[in-house]
Amino acid sequence: MSDVAFTLLQGGLGVRNGAEMTAAVHYQGMRSDYDNGGSQMKQQLVDAIANMKEQEALQLAQQMLDAGVDPNEVLDAGREAMSVVGTRYDHKEYFLPELIVAGEMLKAIGELVKPKLRSAATEAAPIGKVVLGTVEGDIHDIGKDIVGFMLDVNNFQVIDLGVDVPAQRFVDALRESQAEVLGMSGFLTLAFDQMRVTVDAIKEAGLRDKVKIMIGGAPMDDEAARYIGADAFGADAAAAVKLAKQWMGGK
Amino acid sequence: MAKSPEEMYQERVKRVLDAATGKVPDRVPIVGPYELFPYNYAGVTIKEAMNDYDVANRACHKFLDDFQPDADFGPVLAYPAKPMEFLGVKWFKWAGHGLGDNIMYQFQEGEYMKGEEYDEFIFDPSHFMASKWLPRSFKALEGFSGFPPMRMMMWFGWTGLLPMFATPEMQQALQNAIEAGKQLGEWFASLGKYYGEIKQKGFPTAYGALSWPPFDIIGDTLRGTRGIMGDMIRRPDKLHKALEIATQLCIDYGSAAAGADLPLAWVWMHKGSEGFMSDEQYATFYWPYLKRAIEGMVANGCIVVIYCEGDDTSRLKYFVDVPKNKVVYHFAVMDMAKAKEMLHGIAAISGNVPNRLLLTGTPDDVKAYCKWLIDTVGKDGGYIMDTSALLDEAKPENVRAMFDFTREYGVYR
Repeated sequence: MSDVAFTLLQGGLGVRNGAEMTAAVHYQGMRSDYDNGGSQMKQQLVDAIANMKEQEALQLAQQMLDAGVDPNEVLDAGREAMSVVGTRYDHKEYFLPELIVAGEMLKAIGELVKPKLRSAATEAAPIGKVVLGTVEGDIHDIGKDIVGFMLDVNNFQVIDLGVDVPAQRFVDALRESQAEVLGMSGFLTLAFDQMRVTVDAIKEAGLRDKVKIMIGGAPMDDEAARYIGADAFGADAAAAVKLAKQWMGGK
Repeated sequence: MAKSPEEMYQERVKRVLDAATGKVPDRVPIVGPYELFPYNYAGVTIKEAMNDYDVANRACHKFLDDFQPDADFGPVLAYPAKPMEFLGVKWFKWAGHGLGDNIMYQFQEGEYMKGEEYDEFIFDPSHFMASKWLPRSFKALEGFSGFPPMRMMMWFGWTGLLPMFATPEMQQALQNAIEAGKQLGEWFASLGKYYGEIKQKGFPTAYGALSWPPFDIIGDTLRGTRGIMGDMIRRPDKLHKALEIATQLCIDYGSAAAGADLPLAWVWMHKGSEGFMSDEQYATFYWPYLKRAIEGMVANGCIVVIYCEGDDTSRLKYFVDVPKNKVVYHFAVMDMAKAKEMLHGIAAISGNVPNRLLLTGTPDDVKAYCKWLIDTVGKDGGYIMDTSALLDEAKPENVRAMFDFTREYGVYR
């Protein structure tokens, strides 16, 4: 789970856990040998998180740690559970309440695990990079955060610039990260022109042909994407993931 | 012979009431709440409008004269900057206060009631508001954190409680509240002046009162979106109890509309749209309380405008279950033909002209869309022309096309 997910969970309060946690949660390295009991507990933890059993999930995580299970396994269970939550969100079984609670559970489990983490974990290679932000003048964050969360559980590296992001900051982030995809969010009508200004700035910086641009937000539609000069409009977070995957060549 | 303003006033009131109550009016009325647009159109910034009530009034008069809506919101949505600055509102950003000069104000979400404070709120909402919510919301009212629990004044309770009003912090907060009250009084006087003036010109005021659905009363400025969404899973029983209280608050806010020439209680829908919560969650936490609130406001003499700001297509099956011809559903994103089919004879419909179209389209695009709406939803009455969402940036020629075309094509023969 990356910074993006934590931000969603933390209510956009800017609580971030840094690279250590990011790497740890993405840990997909060698699994330690442990008995069936441990593996059973891990599955129970995955189920507890995925089924919104918050108390149970935290107890299980603590029990696993107390029993000497590799902390990375606990984090791995969290990652698996988020993938289940993401799938259920895709299938419209889960909505905002579940995304938020799942994220907060993961955060709490991360706090339990943190003191026990001894070795740095290796990060799984993301399938692509996405720069994300709400455009200048607009401070709506919930839609953007959900998109970031869903991209994240689908193994994209998300560079979240936050809200009220000026065109130049998008340009700088694209140049630095060499991200393949840009996602711009906007809830207000001012976002139409601000997104257009941002696309123009990306063109002027010579980056337009290096990045695919998607837009989202309540007033947006396909016609808005044409007006703005974006490549596509995504109606929801699932659509955003689909677009990003498609642009990465279905990797 | 030209009609007098008084005749025009009565004609407009009847037109809006007919449409709102499912009758066939003389033509499709046009009524809308606009945010930035009237000020942009008049060439003033929202910052100027929020800081100078005369500027706001003049801009709204210009909009009214040039577009002639059938009922007018006036400058109420240009909130008064002076008292907001004075109070130091913490959950809001506005032009000149965290946002650029011509950017519409926006909420800054947070938990102004914590998850573990439900019991406190449920036991005594007024004391919670006084001692927790006000100090957390307004810098100038932080001294209210020492507000005495008024419920304990009885018998000789007052001897211990009245001294709490005499602390330096509380005195300062009380003085600030008085000052803010005076400043807000100036704003309301200015609004009252405006609504009197437009009545003289023949235009009714479009709202009698403004209210919020019970779920959003708890969600918007108490718990925040993230807080209340999690509460549905974590503390459903407490949320239900708080929603009971909020239902009565929704009725009380809205019922101030009763007795107005247009007794419209506008209820702003925020977190019930698709994408926020599941159908089951909506049926459990959102709709039952809103339905009771609608029934309560109608029983008190109001016509309720449910102003949907998202996609509410899948909520139509609930929307049919309201007192007949006393509710107007405003839709932003909606299968309008389906809405007409399901709501005809039950409730009126308004809105759905995309704000995006009014900004990026042409007058012909706008006319074509309005024609489709009038033909489809306006058939047999029960439709009020309006934008999808509160109108900010738009091309004036497109807005003019919406008004002129509706006046011309929307006549029932």
